[in-house]
Amino acid sequence: MTAKPHPDDRAPAPIRAEALEALLTEKGLVNADGLNGLINRFVNDVGPMNGATVVARAWTDPEYRERLLEDGTAAVGEFGFAGPQGEHIVVVPNDAKNHNVVVCTLCSCYPWPLLGLPPDWYKDPAYRARVVREPRVVLSEMGLNLAEDVEVTVWDSSAENRYFILPERPSGTEDMSEEELAELVTREAMVGVAVVGSPT
Amino acid sequence: MTQETYENVLIEDLDLDGPAAAPRSNGELIFDSPWEGRAFGLALALVENGLFTLEDFQGELITAIAEWEALGKSNEDYRYYECWLVALERLVARSTGVQITDVDQRSKEFLERPAGHDHDHDHDHHHDH
Repeated sequence: MTAKPHPDDRAPAPIRAEALEALLTEKGLVNADGLNGLINRFVNDVGPMNGATVVARAWTDPEYRERLLEDGTAAVGEFGFAGPQGEHIVVVPNDAKNHNVVVCTLCSCYPWPLLGLPPDWYKDPAYRARVVREPRVVLSEMGLNLAEDVEVTVWDSSAENRYFILPERPSGTEDMSEEELAELVTREAMVGVAVVGSPT
Repeated sequence: MTQETYENVLIEDLDLDGPAAAPRSNGELIFDSPWEGRAFGLALALVENGLFTLEDFQGELITAIAEWEALGKSNEDYRYYECWLVALERLVARSTGVQITDVDQRSKEFLERPAGHDHDHDHDHHHDH
C-alpha cells in the first residue's frame, strides 16, 4: 500500500489522529493516562534548559568539557539526561575561528533529552535544504553574521549521530555562576544558528 | 524541483522565535495544536511498549517527508506532523492489527458525528476541530 501523504480524500489530520488513538486504545496498545504522562513529560520536563545546564558546566569545568567532547551521551548522562533520541550525542565546540551548525536534512533528528523537541524552523524544508548549501546566507537571515575568516561547518544529524553545539563562552562572564551562565545559553546557540552574547 | 521550491524561502519568514529567545522553561514551542501532541505521544508510547523502535519510525518518517517534498508543493503547505501521522499509520499497519483502512473508516464515522457530540474518551484538552 503506497498511499500518498496528502491525498485529497484523507480525513483531516486531527480526525485521523483521534481515530488512530481510539483504535489503538481499543486494542489495548495505548491508554489515555500513559499518553498524557508521556506528552506532559516532553512538555514540562524535557527541553533546552537541560542543554544550557550542560553548556554552563562545560564552561566552568575543563575536565567535564573534555568528557563531553569525548563521549557526549555519557557526559550528559551524568546529569541524568537520557531517553529517546538521547543516544549517539556528538558535541561539537564553537570558537572564534570555527562555527558549527546542525541540521537534519532527511527528517528532524535532534537530541531530545538536551533540547526537547525541535522548533518549527529546524523541521522546515527550507532550512533543511538551504543551510547545507549556503550556510552563511541562512545564518545571516537568522541574524548571525559571521566574519569571513570564520570557518563554517554544517553537521547533518541522523539516528547514528545527533549533534549538539557547545557555544563559545562570551566575554564578560568571568564572575558569573554556573546557574547565571546557563541563563545566557539559547536553544539556537546549541544548534549553531546563533552565538551566546555577552551579558548586557 | 523540490530544491527550487525551498530555494527562495527566506529563513526569517519562517516561524522563528528569534535567536535572542533564550529557553526560560522546557517544553515551549512544541506543538501547534493538541492533535500533534497526541500523534507524537502515540508514536512514543508504541515505541515504549515495544511495538517498533524509534529507528523504525524515523525511517518511515524520512520516507513520508521525502514523498511530500516530491509533490513539489509550496513550503508554506508543509505540515511536519501530517507527515508524522502518515508514517505512524503505516508503521502501525505493519506492527499491529490496525490497518490504514480501519483509520479511514473510523475517521469517516467521526466526521459524521453531529456537532457538539459527546466525547467518549478522556482528553485533557480542547479539540481544535
